[in-house]
Amino acid sequence: MAEPLLRVEKLVRRFGGILATDNVSLDVASGELHAIIGPNGAGKTTLISQLTGHLEPHSGSVSLAGRDITYLPAYRRCALGLARSFQITSLLLDFTAADNVALAAQAHAGTSFRFFANARKERSLRDAAHAALDRVGLGHRADIVVNRLSHGERRELELAVALASKPKLLLLDEPMAGLGVTESQRMVKLLQELRKEVSIVLVEHDMPAVFALADRISVLVYGRVIASGDPAAIRANEDVKRAYLGDQHVVTHHG
Amino acid sequence: MKSLSVSKAVTALMLAGLVLLPLYSSLSGNIFILTLFTRIIILALAAASLNLIMGFGGMMSFGHAAYLGIGGYAVGMLAQEGVGSGFIQFPVALAASAIYALVIGALSLRTRGVYFIMITLAFAQMAYYVASGLARYGGDDGLTIYKRSDFSGLVDLSNRTQFYYLCLACLFGVIFLIWRIVNSRFGLVVQGLRSNEQRMQAIGFPAKRYQLVCFVISGTMCGLAGALLANNTDFVSPAVMYWTRSGDLMVMVILGGMGTLFGPVMGAVVFLLLEEFLSQITEYWALIMGPLLLLIVLFGRGGIMGMLGRAGRG
Repeated sequence: MAEPLLRVEKLVRRFGGILATDNVSLDVASGELHAIIGPNGAGKTTLISQLTGHLEPHSGSVSLAGRDITYLPAYRRCALGLARSFQITSLLLDFTAADNVALAAQAHAGTSFRFFANARKERSLRDAAHAALDRVGLGHRADIVVNRLSHGERRELELAVALASKPKLLLLDEPMAGLGVTESQRMVKLLQELRKEVSIVLVEHDMPAVFALADRISVLVYGRVIASGDPAAIRANEDVKRAYLGDQHVVTHHG
Repeated sequence: MKSLSVSKAVTALMLAGLVLLPLYSSLSGNIFILTLFTRIIILALAAASLNLIMGFGGMMSFGHAAYLGIGGYAVGMLAQEGVGSGFIQFPVALAASAIYALVIGALSLRTRGVYFIMITLAFAQMAYYVASGLARYGGDDGLTIYKRSDFSGLVDLSNRTQFYYLCLACLFGVIFLIWRIVNSRFGLVVQGLRSNEQRMQAIGFPAKRYQLVCFVISGTMCGLAGALLANNTDFVSPAVMYWTRSGDLMVMVILGGMGTLFGPVMGAVVFLLLEEFLSQITEYWALIMGPLLLLIVLFGRGGIMGMLGRAGRG
């Protein structure tokens, strides 16, 4: 592996006396889907927040395509090709689905200090928005205000927004959270498609989904990576069984 | 669609009324109404500018009257020093307001929510006390302007009708600009930031830069209102910057309908007409005005524009 797309080195973040991120190192190769799993409170969201720039680490470094981004603000990372979805959907609720996506496209298409021309009539932005919406199967809902979209549709919209910025790396924070069985299956199918185009870091609780999708899995427990490897290796790892999965059944059942 | 047409019809009626008012005034010989509406239009302009940051941008500035003072003092102080040309006074008024907005905005936008409200209020009160301390320019008592801004024959500000139409043209111009801005790339970003700042940062927009520019645009527009207001009253005093005046502007915006194009104009017309007529009936007009505004805000969500919309639907 020459130059990993994302390299995290010895990342440390404390909250008071608690080590939420304890010397975490991991590499994500270009084209890889890297899943991060761990029980509740393992520090997954804390880790993601440091990757996206919403939280500063106390030490260690994060680099994207060889460039140190440890202390860059969120909007700069986004410009460098890092896009994220939120664990709890975070969208512009009073805007239409198309507006949400078009704004993401706009952020990457020249300056937004334009005061006079109607942005909703910019063909390139609208086309990009509709393409991204079609990609996640929301094309027919483009003109609906987000307030009126179902939870599942919002999760898909989160993905469309992230895609519209044409990222190199997609950070997905529990994209299946709160989805029903069929919705989850659709999401897995969608991610299977997307992974062909973009590298993905996936934080997820849904084990069947993780084992179906991931090239590599890192297991986070109490802020530390206790194992990292391909799904088969993780499934066989005794530490993982003991520390995290606990109930044998999850591991064997999806084996 | 029908809901749209009701509020549109009322808005069109109001605008037509404003355009035709001087005609009525000259036919009926009622000069007072022209003076009253000149003031209403100027304050509508100020309210519209506040609405840009408050309604569209979600920035609750409680110090917007400061720009009325800054624009007014620019005109008054230059007139005092013998510079009577409006071609100098007005650009100076706008520039001074823009610079003040830039400094205040850069400091205030580091805070959010209640703190933002309080800090903008604090700065406006500082401006108020600074103006009160300007002994050379009247201090507490204010500054009389003996000659209105001179636009070398282009438009005569001492002519009531001409001045009225100048103010109306400024109001329409500003609303046209706001309309273009809120639908532009910039405007969508600012409204997106109002809706969800975290999301906007995550898709790559540095929040503060956009909010600051919006803050400056709004302040500059209100500076124009200040320059007009000083000409209207031939007088400027620290009182125009007092916090209650900032509150009045906020009430006009909320009353008319935040985040709508013509809501602030509607709000200014209703607020100032109510104030005018209630104060003729009784000295204790505020006792009626207060509860009335409370009722509208409590039960008429979205202000007058919102109520008109619902009336159309119902």
